[in-house]
Amino acid sequence: MYLSREEEGIYQGERGETLRRMMEILVALGDIYGAERLVPVRSVQIAGVSYKNIGEAGLEWISDLQGQVVVPSILNPAGMDLCRWKEMGIQEEFAQKQQQTIEAYRRLGVTIDCTCTPYQIYQGLAGRGDHLAWSESSAVSYANSVIGARTNREGGPSALAAALVGKTALYGYHLDENRRPSHLVEVEADLRGSDYGALGFLVGRTVKDGVPFFRLKGRRPSPDELKALGAAMAASGSVALYYVENVTPEPPGPWQPEETIRLGRKEIDEVYAKYPGSGADAVALGCPHCSGQELEWIAGLLQGQKVQKELWVCTARKIAEEHPQLVATIEESGARVFCDTCMVVSPATERFSRMMTSSGKALAYLPGLAGVQAGLGSLEECIDVALGRRQ
Amino acid sequence: MEIKCHRVACGSARGPALVTREAISFLGNVDANTGMVVDPAHELFGQCIAGKVLIFPGGKGSTVGSYVIYQLKKRGLAPAAMINIRSEPIVAVGAIISGIPLVDRVTEEILRVLSGTVVEVDADRRLVRVSELTG
Repeated sequence: MYLSREEEGIYQGERGETLRRMMEILVALGDIYGAERLVPVRSVQIAGVSYKNIGEAGLEWISDLQGQVVVPSILNPAGMDLCRWKEMGIQEEFAQKQQQTIEAYRRLGVTIDCTCTPYQIYQGLAGRGDHLAWSESSAVSYANSVIGARTNREGGPSALAAALVGKTALYGYHLDENRRPSHLVEVEADLRGSDYGALGFLVGRTVKDGVPFFRLKGRRPSPDELKALGAAMAASGSVALYYVENVTPEPPGPWQPEETIRLGRKEIDEVYAKYPGSGADAVALGCPHCSGQELEWIAGLLQGQKVQKELWVCTARKIAEEHPQLVATIEESGARVFCDTCMVVSPATERFSRMMTSSGKALAYLPGLAGVQAGLGSLEECIDVALGRRQ
Repeated sequence: MEIKCHRVACGSARGPALVTREAISFLGNVDANTGMVVDPAHELFGQCIAGKVLIFPGGKGSTVGSYVIYQLKKRGLAPAAMINIRSEPIVAVGAIISGIPLVDRVTEEILRVLSGTVVEVDADRRLVRVSELTG
């Protein structure tokens, strides 16, 4: 791999041991994936935050690092709400370790926002054509597909290396040749809300790490619906980039699909039928984290009502802070607005046996990551189950 | 004999070889507190990797494996050096953050080295020295 004189100096240790090792990570990954050179990144989103995932081993490594990030860097969701962890049912010992992990990142100059939707809270992190080093799979998908930026799905150490060096290796989704569609997906149905999660759940399983190009009938998907679609495909498969005709930025150059998939209302409804919400002992919304728009919708449905089952609404702390009235309305119903975390990454989820959600991503992850059965329904159906209006 | 290789993580070290033809998932296969291979299904089950030149095709499994390698190093239980046929990101990143010499792109012949043979890894000179090849 080609290194500039400055990069070579860092690689040889001229700027200290931490940077030398970080550059060594970038070069090693570049060699493994056949990168020609490094490329500057506009921002970094760092994985390896939830103590449930990184454990003592990861915490030790982050705590030992010296240095400061040189590009705007924020975090993936943590294993708990950093303020209200007790209400979630998180144990004291876990909370302490989680706080230490966050502190270790803060010390490196990382902005302590723990969210899977960085694009919802900061406009300046990503624009069309920007190279990024993001980690969380749904954020990677949104950045590549909806924003038109370029990022691979980084692991914890490679994201931190990019944050401290300000660069990443140029391979994978940074290159046009890997951004052409592999599958054409024709959808003969007018989709709405959680339908996009169900669609993503189906398509991710089929295309795996491919690049699907969607041709949709009916109304134009909202940013929240695109967020749900990409998140589900990144969970049931490992899709990091997709296109929606006349909605997202277009693919580079001419392309031919290797395969065409046709789906309609019948296939979408089969997902709901296969994963019903009946028997759920809790309901969770906000995977990926709720936008202000979604909080408004949820608050509207809960206004003046009382929940009969535990209802979690997960969002980024900044979003909650921007909408104190909506948060108050939601919480008056007995529901909880949790920040910094979600039902997929928090160990607090493990005490439930069946969770209902409007998210195709949570549907894919809850059984494996938390040992919890999952049911899928629209936002309204989820709220109805929480309110005891339907079983 | 000397074998050419590709440097992944810098440094040099020597030690007795511990060789397997199976990939290693450091999360799950290896106990970070003892350095023992604890997965009964693994060819190296019951062996200690501490201080060895660990020769294996490559890594697999969870990315948390990188941190397990780091933990082993901090406890003085890490391999002295590692040799892969082809390194993948988990072991590469683990070796780099831990300061363990790691090389790859050697011929598969390396997997015929008998465990216990003294092997020297010089990542900086891109060389592996083996006292003898057997098998």
